[in-house]
Amino acid sequence: MPLDAAKTETLVSVRGLSMHFPIYAGIFRRQVGVIKAVDDVSFDIGRGETLGVVGESGCGKSTTGRAVIRLYKPTAGSIFIDGKDISKTEGDALRRLRPSMQMIFQDPQACLNPRMTVGSIIAEPLDEHRRDMSRAERQEKVRALLDQVGMNPDFANRYPHEFSGGQRQRIGIARALALDPKFIVCDEPIAALDVSIQAQVVNLLEDLQDRLGLTYLFISHDLSMVRHIADRVAVMYLGKLVELASRDALYESPRHPYTKALLSAVPTVEKRSVERIILQGDVPSPANPPSGCVFRTRCPMAEARCAAEVPAFRKLADGRGVACHFAA
Amino acid sequence: MLRYAARRLLISIPTLLAISFIVFALLDLAPSDPTANLPLTIPPEVREKIRLSLGLGEPFIIRYFKWLEQFLINEPLAVLEQMTGLTIGDSENRLRVLSWATRSPVTDLIVERLPQTLWVVGMSYVVAVVIAVPLGVISAYRQYSLFDQIGTFISMLGFSIPTFFTGLLLIVIFSVWLGWLPSIYDTTHVVEDWDSFWFQVKQMAMPTMVLALANASQISRFMRASMLDNLTQDYVRTARAKGVRERTVVLLHVLRNSLIPVVTVIALGVPTIFGGAIVTEQIFRVNGIGALLITGIESNDIPLVQTLTFIFAILIVVFNLIADLLYGVLDPRIRYD
Repeated sequence: MPLDAAKTETLVSVRGLSMHFPIYAGIFRRQVGVIKAVDDVSFDIGRGETLGVVGESGCGKSTTGRAVIRLYKPTAGSIFIDGKDISKTEGDALRRLRPSMQMIFQDPQACLNPRMTVGSIIAEPLDEHRRDMSRAERQEKVRALLDQVGMNPDFANRYPHEFSGGQRQRIGIARALALDPKFIVCDEPIAALDVSIQAQVVNLLEDLQDRLGLTYLFISHDLSMVRHIADRVAVMYLGKLVELASRDALYESPRHPYTKALLSAVPTVEKRSVERIILQGDVPSPANPPSGCVFRTRCPMAEARCAAEVPAFRKLADGRGVACHFAA
Repeated sequence: MLRYAARRLLISIPTLLAISFIVFALLDLAPSDPTANLPLTIPPEVREKIRLSLGLGEPFIIRYFKWLEQFLINEPLAVLEQMTGLTIGDSENRLRVLSWATRSPVTDLIVERLPQTLWVVGMSYVVAVVIAVPLGVISAYRQYSLFDQIGTFISMLGFSIPTFFTGLLLIVIFSVWLGWLPSIYDTTHVVEDWDSFWFQVKQMAMPTMVLALANASQISRFMRASMLDNLTQDYVRTARAKGVRERTVVLLHVLRNSLIPVVTVIALGVPTIFGGAIVTEQIFRVNGIGALLITGIESNDIPLVQTLTFIFAILIVVFNLIADLLYGVLDPRIRYD
């Protein structure tokens, strides 16, 4: 069951998600095409599970994450969170769904409003969604949240620029936790941080998951960090899901040629057991993806069939999903 | 912040002294003769006596320091005396900056003209800000919409068409063809009841609108650009992800951050209000500071022009400082310590 949640009941279920951005050109700004940032992606995430999403820059990881919690309006497909399809929800109804799904953003420098104090940044979702709480209760909650992410509650009156990157990312996490969400999309939460701080933040995320029973969609290009935190891993290439498997299965025996190449690029301190696979050429433009399999232009094992036929995302015997004609 | 302001004010003293010297020297070196407008029948030796009586017999440097003393000490004291009714020292014999053309103190002339300028030009600035800020916000929020296209087009027109053209155009339309509004501003008009108030509104309408169009186009472009900068920022996405109302996202998060550069532009534009809109005041015959400056230049009234120019310089320096301080108030990342 590659598409389904590994152990428990499913919390998030994505079916055929596509996110196409129109391209406008010319004097009259007519639409001349689309960028297929995400194209027909399906996966499930179980309650309390962490699904890692990996892939190189521009492969649609972040777009997927943003579309799943409806920061974008998806072009096609459906997104079920707790059994409710949110892919068509708009406006006020969508706003009311926000407490259950939150996002931790990539750039802790830019994602906090520079003119608001940390306290008001964290309290804002409470002011908006928890009118039942009194002022004092909200302030208490802000202090508790700061404490929960390992920060001094007295920092609430300071401004974001007074903090270091790691501290700011903690503020971002506290903000995301303010409404007690069930599902959090972590969009490269550690990419902008120092290596020593990365471990702190990832451990904090794991710790919070254990305590609060959170479900994560963990987007990263750091393969070793994903191996550390994820239960299952999805690999994306040019807006497509190419492989989805449990963490151990994926890291031990990748089946898709792209996953193989990607994993062979992870630097190790030991002597290399696998030969490094160096892909030729560049990633094609998502505005004009190759026919058939999108990876065929750089695939070492591509044949004529790959150009003609789009490989189906199919289950293998061990339960993983792969989109390659030759994977077995 | 207070210490920063004090330091900046101290630094601006040498700047202003340098400006005063340049202004004085420029006008003094200019080939102009205060007696040139007098009848040709006056013999040269009488002309020379007139020049001497105006103080032109002294060397340049002495005239400069005397003017400086008059401007910086005597004039403020005189204004203070007029305002409070007190007598400070030997006020009878205190030498003031006198206009060559009217022989009355320059400060009195300025005080006389200032209300008209502040009413018309100041009002136009208020109108411009009130129009421009919402215009810029909506234009940016609905970028490339019909509203944005029309708004951008009109602000481009307002930006590129000079006020002497729009002014005359409005006079032709509203005064000549329609006959709704007076083409000349009546300075002596007194507002005492509703009818006279309505007349005041009518006579202010055209000069105010002409200036407001020019100012609003500029401010709305700044507002739009600044909004566009901020609308795509990550923290705006964060605010949306929090489930904050769209109104709050735009007004609280985006607008407040976008106002920082716009407020600076607005603050830097304030000295031009006091400077008056020279051309517009001339077209509508508003008897303001701008018109005063023009007559001063035309009649070689050098003390008047020197004093006015230097007052503008002071205003610009002061409002530069105010803009800098506003920046610190609006943006918590900037601290002047």
